[in-house]
Amino acid sequence: MDRAAVVFKKPFSLGLLLLILIVLITLPLYVPPYLVILLTTILMYIVLTVSWTIFSGPTRYISLASAAFFGVGVYTSALVGKVLPLPLVILAGSLFSFILAICVGLLTLRLRGMYFIIFTFSISELIRNFLLWWETTMTGTVGRWVVMVDHKVVYYVILVIFILALLTAYLIRRSRLGLALRSIGEQEEAATHIGINATMVKTITFAISAFFMGATGAIMATKWKYIDPRIAFDPLLSFLPVLMAIFGGTGQLYGPVFGAAIFAYLEEILTTRFPYYYMLLFGSILIIVILFLPHGIVGLVQKWWKGGLGRRNATS
Amino acid sequence: MQLLEGKKVTKHFGGLAALQNVDFSIHQGEVVGLIGPNGAGKTTLFNLISGSLPTTAGEIRYKGKKISGLKPHQICKQGVARTFQSAKLFAGMTVFENALAASLFGTKRTISVPDAEREAMDLLAFVELSSMGEMLARDLPIASRKRLEVARALATQPDLLMFDEVMAGLNPVEVAQSMELITKIRNKGITIFMIEHVMKAIMNVCDRIVVLHHGSKIAEGTPEEIATSRTVVEVYLGE
Repeated sequence: MDRAAVVFKKPFSLGLLLLILIVLITLPLYVPPYLVILLTTILMYIVLTVSWTIFSGPTRYISLASAAFFGVGVYTSALVGKVLPLPLVILAGSLFSFILAICVGLLTLRLRGMYFIIFTFSISELIRNFLLWWETTMTGTVGRWVVMVDHKVVYYVILVIFILALLTAYLIRRSRLGLALRSIGEQEEAATHIGINATMVKTITFAISAFFMGATGAIMATKWKYIDPRIAFDPLLSFLPVLMAIFGGTGQLYGPVFGAAIFAYLEEILTTRFPYYYMLLFGSILIIVILFLPHGIVGLVQKWWKGGLGRRNATS
Repeated sequence: MQLLEGKKVTKHFGGLAALQNVDFSIHQGEVVGLIGPNGAGKTTLFNLISGSLPTTAGEIRYKGKKISGLKPHQICKQGVARTFQSAKLFAGMTVFENALAASLFGTKRTISVPDAEREAMDLLAFVELSSMGEMLARDLPIASRKRLEVARALATQPDLLMFDEVMAGLNPVEVAQSMELITKIRNKGITIFMIEHVMKAIMNVCDRIVVLHHGSKIAEGTPEEIATSRTVVEVYLGE
């Protein structure tokens, strides 16, 4: 019976993935622009959460630097958007974030626990305040206009980034790099004593995760048209990926995906339906999940699923 | 042939001298014991050799090459492996994955995943943990945890293996099994340097014993010499 389940499961989940992909690709053809824009925002959160999980999931280093990497992408887009074609703008945003992450990584990845969290948070705040100071005293402006891009193009670009981020996350999980990352998260000292170059492994993975955050920032900037350091380096963008990942559960690859999707959609619903109470409702839901669902929403579903299977096996 | 050699190895923690001018040498194929009262600096010496801690002064050479100053992962790849006093396993990973990670990353060669998997399986069989491969390391009983740590260290293909109290917390039957395992490892041609408080084991398996006290080496010799040495009896063994 187990064997049959495995044989059946693989083409089934592959087919399901393909179906979801086709729906996502053709969606702008038959749904109103509002939905496409909403989906763009949801995909943005998913990419940020999945990229955050690539590094922080297995290593258990909680990074609050997402806003820094996202913001670097946003600012790159504002600076070079007028002179470069869109694909190159996005690539530039990703590369700058990647390089920044390598520098930050080499500096901070020796720190553990609380010190690492605070340092990564300070990095994004530092860049934000530095840019604010620079813009007001050096260039004399606060914000910048970004070259506008059609909302469908934004959607397709973020969809491509989403697919690449997911694929990267999947491949890393299955590779020897993934095993090294988990070893570091479990027992870093032991990991270095079995030959894992922890500093290098952590820095590279941190930079890969920043790469996708930078790409996301670069494309989202074209949707916002106007940006300033407060928008680009919004601290909320550092906290949300962490919350969304915890909400979904980091044990499985699709945990952060569902976590971010449900979370982002919930936010949209609550802000429109209950504009005055939405933060309150939102907070309550979050507290309940953290208190009662240690493995997130996906963990809960898995438990039900396994429980159901167990019962069926017992009766048959 | 001299495998490991320390010259005037010194470690200070702030004002405290944990190790002071310790000279030692370990020959290829030997089993050397390291004993001494609590706080004598035994684990500190292991930490200096494996690169967990930097030395304050002195030099450690392995196969004639200086290794003090290298990082733990570099020293591991040179062929030095260790276990920890309180087993430091990858608790949330399976027993098999614990060994696999060491096979994949522990050596200078690049090994394919199937080869590493085969090697990890063989080593689990060697320490008699084959049947527990799919269990999470955190669910193992204490004796099996210690054996898994040995398997993980062996998976890095060491020429020198350092055991930090691999028998602590074991019952007499398990101590006997552990001694058997050490003999099996030695028969593979691996040199062993071990910290141990179980005297029966130390006296039986070691060719030579080094005694530390307050960060200094106070004696060195065969088990018979150590057991009858006046100083050692006074500071450590008791009458």
